[in-house]
Amino acid sequence: MTSVSSDVEPPPRGGPGRRLSTFFFSHSRARLGGLLALPLGWMLVIYLGSLFLLLLASFWDTEPFTSDVVRNWNLDNYRRLFEEPVYRNVAFRTISMAVYVTVADAVLAFPLAYYMARVASPRSRNLLVVAVLTPLWASYLVKAYVWRTMLGEEGIINWLLAPFGLDGPGYTTAGLWLAFTYLWLPFMILPIYAGLERIPSSLLEASADLGGRSVRTFFKVTLPLAFPAVVAGSIFTFSLTLGDYILPGLIADEQFIGTVIYTDRGTNLPVAAAFAMVPIAVMVVYLWGARRLGAFESL
Amino acid sequence: MRGKRISLWVALGLLVGALSVVAAGCGGGDSESSSDWQVEGLGSTIDEIQANAKNEGQVNMVIWAGYADKSWADAFTQQTGCKVSTKDGASSDDMVDLMATGAYDGVSASGDATLRLIAKGDVAPVNFDLIPNYADVYEGLKGQSYNTVDGVGYGVPHGRGPNLMVWSNDAIPADNDTWAPIWPGTDYKGKLSIYDNQIFIADAALYLKATQPDLNITNPYELDDDQFNAAVDLLKQQRPNIGEYWDGATYAKQVTSFKSGEAVVGTTWPYQVNLMAAEKPPLNVTAKVPKEGTTGWSDTWMIASKAAHPNCMYLWMNYIISPEANAKVAEYFGEAPSNAKACDVTSNPNHCEDYHADDEAYWDNVYYWDTPQADCGDDRGEVCKTYEDWRTAWTEIKG
Repeated sequence: MTSVSSDVEPPPRGGPGRRLSTFFFSHSRARLGGLLALPLGWMLVIYLGSLFLLLLASFWDTEPFTSDVVRNWNLDNYRRLFEEPVYRNVAFRTISMAVYVTVADAVLAFPLAYYMARVASPRSRNLLVVAVLTPLWASYLVKAYVWRTMLGEEGIINWLLAPFGLDGPGYTTAGLWLAFTYLWLPFMILPIYAGLERIPSSLLEASADLGGRSVRTFFKVTLPLAFPAVVAGSIFTFSLTLGDYILPGLIADEQFIGTVIYTDRGTNLPVAAAFAMVPIAVMVVYLWGARRLGAFESL
Repeated sequence: MRGKRISLWVALGLLVGALSVVAAGCGGGDSESSSDWQVEGLGSTIDEIQANAKNEGQVNMVIWAGYADKSWADAFTQQTGCKVSTKDGASSDDMVDLMATGAYDGVSASGDATLRLIAKGDVAPVNFDLIPNYADVYEGLKGQSYNTVDGVGYGVPHGRGPNLMVWSNDAIPADNDTWAPIWPGTDYKGKLSIYDNQIFIADAALYLKATQPDLNITNPYELDDDQFNAAVDLLKQQRPNIGEYWDGATYAKQVTSFKSGEAVVGTTWPYQVNLMAAEKPPLNVTAKVPKEGTTGWSDTWMIASKAAHPNCMYLWMNYIISPEANAKVAEYFGEAPSNAKACDVTSNPNHCEDYHADDEAYWDNVYYWDTPQADCGDDRGEVCKTYEDWRTAWTEIKG
C-alpha cells in the first residue's frame, strides 16, 4: 500500500530530468522530434545522402591523367552507358543472370517450402527450418570460396561428373549461376514458407468439398495465394544477384555490373556512379511491379 | 488531414536540408597547391628522425605483394621501433586509389603509378640527404622519368624486374622461346592466365612490335590510333581463350590454377614463379622472357605528402634499400636489387647476375610500366592514346 501512495505523490520539482520530462509531456511535437531525430537523421544523411552523392557524382567528369574527379556537370557518363556496347552487354548479362537465378530458386524453393508448410510434422518442420537457416549464418565469403573450390578443375563437381564422361561448368557464367542459386536459395524458401503457412486450411478443405482434386486445388487456390510470397522472395534473389561483385570476381569469366563498377570505381568514379544507377533503376521498376503483385504484404 | 500534410512538408524539408548538408560537405576543400611542401612532422636530421620514429611506433604502406615480408620487416621493427602494416595493391590503379585515401604513409609504386601520384599531390619529394643508402643505388635507376619531375626526386628506387611468360611443361616444351602460345592461333582455350589491368595492352603492343613491323611500334606505351587498335584487336581475339585473370591481390589464385591444371600458360611475376617452385612437389613449369622481349617494372618507394608517420617512412625507405634488406626482398620477389652492395649479400651468390642487376643493355629491352600520355614523346606529337583510352579499352576487351 505504501508503495502505491508514493507513486501518486506529486513529483519533486526542480530536477533537470523532471523538467525535461515535463517539457516533452506538454510539447508533443518536440517529443516526436526527439524520438525520431537520430534514426531519421541516420536514414536521411547516411543512407539517402550517400545515394544522392552517387547520383551527383554520375554527372561529373574525371581529369584524364590523374583520374581525379572534376566537378564539371555533364551527361557524358550516361551517354557512354548507352553508346558503348560493352556497358549494355554487361547490364543485359547481369539482369539475365538475376532472372535465371530467381527462376531456378523459385523452382527449387517452392516444393521444399510446400513440404515444410503443409506436409511435414511439426518436428521435422523445425528441423527443416534450421537446415534452411544454418547456411545463412555461415559467412558469405566461406560459401563463395567453397563454390570456387567445388567448381575447380579438380573440384568435387568435376569428380562427380567424370564417370559419366562429363565436365563441370568450371569458372564460367554457368558455374556462377549454380553458385548464386545456392547462395540465395534460403531467401526464397523462407518467404514462400511463410506465405504457404498463412493460407487457411479451410480454403483447401472448401476446394476439396467443392470437388477440386489436389492438382486443381494447387493451381486454383494454393498457387495464386502463395504467388505474392514467391514475388517477395524474388526481390531478394533478384536484387542480391544484381548487386554482387565478389562471386562474379571469383567464379565468372565474364564481367558483371558489380565487377565493372568495382574496377571503374578507382579509375573513373563518375562512370562507375552512372553505372550504379542501372541496378537502382532496375530495382525501382522491379519493386513497383512486385508491389502491384502484392508482394509487400507477404514480406 | 491537415496534420498529415504538415508532417509531409516537414519530412520534405528535412530531406532537402539533409541533402544540402551532404552536398556542402562534398564541395570544395581540396584546392591545396602540390608544389613546395615538406612532410609535416619529419625530423631534419637522421638522429631527429630516429628519435621521432620511436614516438610514431608504426608505418602503414601500400605495397606489391611480397615487398615487406616478416623475414626483413621484423628486423626493421626491432631496429627502429616502427611496426610495419601493409596492404597489397591489386594493380597500379588500386595503389593510386589507396594512396588517395590519405590513410597510408608510403607506397612501392611502379612507373604507371608514380607520375599520377605526383600529379595528384599525394606523394612528397624526398630529401636524399636523409637516406644514406641512396648513395649506393645504381645510377641507371636514379633521376629517371618515372621517379623525378623537373629535377625533383620523388622516391627511392626499390628494384626492377621483368614480367615473365610461364607455362606448364606438360603443355608447352620447356625450351619454348616465344610469346605466341598466349596469343590467338594456338589452342589453349580457357587455359590462359593473364594479368588483369589495362597496362597489359602494352604486352600485346610489344608482341605486335616484333611480329608486325609495319605498325612501326617503337614504345609499347606510346601508341597512336592504328597501333592501339591493332593491339586491342589482338586482345579481343585472345579474350575467349582466357581462363582467368589475376592481379596483385589475387596472385595466389594463379599459383593454384597452375597447380590444378586450370591454367597452362600465361603471364606472371617472378614472385609467383618462386611460389610455384616452393609448392610440394614443385610445379612442373618454366618461366622466362621470350625472344620478343617483355614489359616489366622499376619500382619506387614514395612517401605520402600527408604521412602520419613520416619519420618511420623515411627510415623504411632507407632500410629497404640497405644491402641486407634489398638483397632479401630482391630474392624473395625475384627481381634485381637497386643497391649495388646487395649483390654481395644475396643467399644465392649469382642472384644479381641471373637477374641482370647492373646490365643496363638487358633492361633496354624490358619496357618498364609507364603511364600512357597523349604526347607520344617523339615527332608524332600529341596523337597517342591516353591512360583514359587504355582504361576504357580494357573494359571493352573484357566484354
